[in-house]
Amino acid sequence: MSRFTRVSVVATSSLAALTLAACSSSGGKQPAEEGGGGGGADTEQMTVAFITHAAPGDTFWDQVRAGAEAAAEKDNVDLQYTADPEGGNQARLVQQAVDKDVDGIAVTLAKPGAMQGNVSRAVEADIPVVALNAGLEEWKDMGVQSYFGQDEKIAGQAAGERLQEEGAGKTLCVIQEQGHVGLEDRCAGVKETFPQSEKIYVKGTDSSNVQSTITAKLQQDDSITHVLTLGAPFAMLALQSADQAGSDAQVVTFDLNDEAMQAIKDGDIGWAVDQQPWLQGYLAVDSLWMDVNQGMTMGGGEPVLTGPAFVDESNVDVLMEK
Amino acid sequence: MTAAQATTGADDRVAKRSSLNLLFARPEVGALIGAIVVAILFIAVAPSFRSVGNIGTILYAAAAIGVMAVGVSLLMVGGEFDLSTGVAATASGITAALTAWNFGLNVWVGVVAALVFSLLVGAFNGWLLMRTGLPSFLVTLGTFFILQGANLAVTRLVGGTVSTPPISDMAGFASAEKVFAWQVSVGPVSIRALVVYWLLLVLAGALVLQKTRIGNWIFAVGGDAAAARAVGVPVKAVKIGLFVFVGFCAWVLGMHLLFSFNVMQSAEGVGNEFIYIIAAVVGGCLLTGGFGSVIGAALGALIFGMTQMGINYAGWNVDWFYTFLGVMLLLATLVNMYVKKKADG
Repeated sequence: MSRFTRVSVVATSSLAALTLAACSSSGGKQPAEEGGGGGGADTEQMTVAFITHAAPGDTFWDQVRAGAEAAAEKDNVDLQYTADPEGGNQARLVQQAVDKDVDGIAVTLAKPGAMQGNVSRAVEADIPVVALNAGLEEWKDMGVQSYFGQDEKIAGQAAGERLQEEGAGKTLCVIQEQGHVGLEDRCAGVKETFPQSEKIYVKGTDSSNVQSTITAKLQQDDSITHVLTLGAPFAMLALQSADQAGSDAQVVTFDLNDEAMQAIKDGDIGWAVDQQPWLQGYLAVDSLWMDVNQGMTMGGGEPVLTGPAFVDESNVDVLMEK
Repeated sequence: MTAAQATTGADDRVAKRSSLNLLFARPEVGALIGAIVVAILFIAVAPSFRSVGNIGTILYAAAAIGVMAVGVSLLMVGGEFDLSTGVAATASGITAALTAWNFGLNVWVGVVAALVFSLLVGAFNGWLLMRTGLPSFLVTLGTFFILQGANLAVTRLVGGTVSTPPISDMAGFASAEKVFAWQVSVGPVSIRALVVYWLLLVLAGALVLQKTRIGNWIFAVGGDAAAARAVGVPVKAVKIGLFVFVGFCAWVLGMHLLFSFNVMQSAEGVGNEFIYIIAAVVGGCLLTGGFGSVIGAALGALIFGMTQMGINYAGWNVDWFYTFLGVMLLLATLVNMYVKKKADG
């Protein structure tokens, strides 16, 4: 775990330096940083379709997209980002990428059943495809060449172990997207190592619904000591819920954003399991560039893991440093 | 439109109108011109939109909306709404998958169970509406929530997860796939089953509405239910029948989704009900009932599908997707209205 953490902190801090705007207390829009005069690749421009299952307005996906854009800029790639949370629609976006005859496709496989057909068709059309973030079990069967992400089960187990160490009582595992296999795996992993956890569904695209649902649950059951959210925005909402319900439940979370990091620093959120989304986006685009220009693939048929790593008070400063 | 009653004497209500005027007074003409405008726009800006091979993708996107829009447009002509259509299609697929999987039956048994279920949901909507006299907006809103919850709860109860267990290894799956989710290549265009079923439904719906007594009844109950009852139209049967037909459309879409993807995600379909209504309205159906057309709703679905796909083919920034979609829809409906004005003028 400690090696994981160290590696992650080094990687994430360099990432933070690249992506995060200044976090000074003056507020308002910060002047954009000048990149260090990045000498981009001089390869011919290629097109990459980047297709995710992101719900509109989720901060996690901003980080994935920022990583993808950073790699695209370096590699002279025309990045075409599209997203749709409904499996059938996302599959259709893959079909459209094939129609457009792009040079590479990076895709998330949160709903593998729906994606299977069109992803396989893309592979048959000789378009290199890499998967990221979701679909650990299924990517190989579809003929996808690499996978960048974390094993959600393992990440869930790690979170469960940590809860066990902390002597947590009853824990609420909050799922924000019904039907997302990866999120289900996380909660299942938690349950394996920490049996006293209970699942609850909220509507991730509706903040007030998230907040009131968690509030009601906390009011109904005062034996809950921890609320484990599966995304940073939901952790911030859960903090409000705990306030509203007058509960002392500790909020812990998967995935990070700036607000959540600040909350960890302030001691409001206990810890976060980080899977380094920026890196997932970056590696996905970069590996496609390598495949097209150098004929190399990454991972050797095994998933390239970008997590899990724990972020808590002891190392959050490194991430937040400029 | 029913033929003008032949009367004697010069009456300005039955004055001869020019054939062009008559053509332009049809509800679907505005949508047709709207569709042509949208198509021209995307052909101009999106290279991939021009490629003939991609027509299949565009038609498929339109069919995914259009299948339900057939039932919804007929229902709207009959003066009623259905808000449960989006989740009803998902519920139908879930019913088929879980029935077959849980009891280890042939997949076709699940398909039939889903058909019965979907027709019953439609009948229930219609019966409750006629029984209570509540607005259909409210009745079907209730059904919408009931189904949305049941989709998730039953799926988890039976299968243990939020998506139905895969059924591709079960008896009958292969033949059902051949029926509901086949694909055929016509030259460079790949045509999918749903597109053909959509066109068949449109044809059947349009013929019934325009050429049969039942079609006249539908116009009558949508225009003025009390007057229709007074002249002997079986209002109750017509309205319940319309809801049952919407259920049938939901079954067709649900089966296609199930056999294309082999699993159903329990949370999907929410919000689509408005897209079906929009397709019908863009196609010239009045929100108040009594006027509209099935062909128009098909064109509305085509406009929506073309816009959805066109924005992507054009490579516009997806952050603005819904903004573009809204602008295009306004554009299409403005053209629609302009054409109508010209026709009436």
